[in-house]
Amino acid sequence: MSVVQLQRETSPANAGIGSATSGAGATEPRLRIKDVRLEYSTRGKNVVAIDNISIDVPDNQFAVIVGPSGCGKSSLLYLVAGLAEPTSGEILLGDEEVDGPGPDRGMVFQSYTLFPWLTVRENVEFGLKRRRMPAKQREEIVNRYLNETGLAAFHDAYPKQLSGGMMQRVAIARALANDPKILLMDEPFGALDSQTRNSMQKLLLRVWEENRKTVLFVTHDIDEAILLGDRIYVMTARPGRLKEEIIVPIPRPRSMDMVMDAEFIAVKRRILDLLKNEIKDDEH
Amino acid sequence: MARKRSLIDACLTPKSEVPAGLRYAVSTLTWLVVIGLWSLATYGGFMKDIFLPSPSAVIGAFFRLFEDGTLQQHIWASLQVVVIGFLISSLIAVPLGLLMGTFRVVQAGLEPLVNFIRYLPVTSFVPLFILWIGIGIEQRIMVIFFGTFFQQLVMIADVSRGVSKDLLNASYTLGASRRDALLHVLTPAALPGIVDTLRITMGWAWTYLVVAELVAASSGLGYISMKAMRGFQVDVIFLAIAVIGLLGLFTDTVFRLVRLRLVPWAN
Ligand SMILES: Nc1ncnc2c1ncn2[C@@H]1O[C@H](COP(=O)(O)OP(=O)(O)O)[C@@H](O)[C@H]1O
Ligand SMILES: [Mg+2]
Repeated sequence: MSVVQLQRETSPANAGIGSATSGAGATEPRLRIKDVRLEYSTRGKNVVAIDNISIDVPDNQFAVIVGPSGCGKSSLLYLVAGLAEPTSGEILLGDEEVDGPGPDRGMVFQSYTLFPWLTVRENVEFGLKRRRMPAKQREEIVNRYLNETGLAAFHDAYPKQLSGGMMQRVAIARALANDPKILLMDEPFGALDSQTRNSMQKLLLRVWEENRKTVLFVTHDIDEAILLGDRIYVMTARPGRLKEEIIVPIPRPRSMDMVMDAEFIAVKRRILDLLKNEIKDDEH
Repeated sequence: MARKRSLIDACLTPKSEVPAGLRYAVSTLTWLVVIGLWSLATYGGFMKDIFLPSPSAVIGAFFRLFEDGTLQQHIWASLQVVVIGFLISSLIAVPLGLLMGTFRVVQAGLEPLVNFIRYLPVTSFVPLFILWIGIGIEQRIMVIFFGTFFQQLVMIADVSRGVSKDLLNASYTLGASRRDALLHVLTPAALPGIVDTLRITMGWAWTYLVVAELVAASSGLGYISMKAMRGFQVDVIFLAIAVIGLLGLFTDTVFRLVRLRLVPWAN
């Protein structure tokens, strides 16, 4: 793995380019994925889904994983969530080793996972109820996140009455209401039409500015990765390895217009190059 | 060019909707045809009335048995058997089926045995039940139980296996314990399927009723048909069949309403 400096390709006026090692001001890594390997065994055959990945995500960073389909992105998130166990290696959140799922690692899934028998409000409330939080306090928190995600008017609706974008908004509010240390997002907007996806990205940028929670976000959409991420981890095709870590030199707050900026295009070109090789590698 | 599609088109297009009025008209027509053919066969003298009673004979039988109270008494006896047998079966099969579909160990322990018993004809056990528990109401309840329990178990296990694992995973990442996941995710997620299973197996319970009452009983709708056969009272046999059908329709409607009330989010 290498850490890229994008200096040469961007205009000299923009000096905000960093690297993982020189990341000025970045605090101690909070999430540490150390030499993690994951093999699935199905019908006696072993498939290597993740081949020795190490990633450090510092506190309050928006980290994005991009890679071709099937390269083990979801698997990596499941490992961090504690929903699967690595074959070898370890994952640390702070000083604690990840051992099974817990509310300190909230997750927004690729598929819709709202509880269909609960209203929007009850869905967002689910984690707080498991913690036996008093009703008054619960309502306050739930209202805050319903407002932040623009769902206040729909709090009494059932999931089946909502569009895909709305459902993922509820899923985000539900995960955030629990105040996790890290938010894991597995292609949360992958199934949405492009217009809805754009508005969800805007919403996520805004919500993230307000909370600055550590995020590990998986996508195969390069624009989305650059728009949202502080750093981008590019993965190789199966077996998934880390190919490159890119620090995105675009200042915040970000907006949709930035996709035309020189830095944006430079990062995009770099990622496209990396992935182009991957797709070729995969073809023979 | 936007031509409105004709009614005939709508009728011939797979899965296409047709006006509600047309649907009711066709349903009514089916009944009219059945009753019409029946009337033709009996009033027209094509069938002897000791084999096929006329509609008016069956209605006559209804009033005869209703006025002296025997019909109500036998309906009550049958209803008791079906409802008690079905309740006992459901009370055990629902939780056990959920466990069977959720925990591989329970599945491994029960499935082979259950699948074996499930295909044994209930009728072949009736002599055994009579030998073991006599000819009281317990024996008839046992037949209903035996007929429905193993089917329910397998169907409810399937329902619980069908609950998306992502739903459980989502609850874990929100801090749910295994117990929480079972009580607050798996069970509510399986509820629509459970209600559907109960509705279907209730229908089967009615069909086992006659098996239970034909052989050894002194009351019930199956029993009066048996008695009527000995006295060549075909009208009473027809009446008993019609009443069982109507009771089945009634319980089915009850389950449909229960589903609407209990799991409105799933409709
Ligand atoms: N439960 C599983 N059993 C066996 N193989 C799996 C399982 N889940 C994923 N895989 C395989 O592991 C690889 C990585 O999958 P995944 O993490 O879903 O990739 P991505 O999210 O990047 O598309 C794929 O080749 C997939 O077929
Ligand atoms: Mg995936």
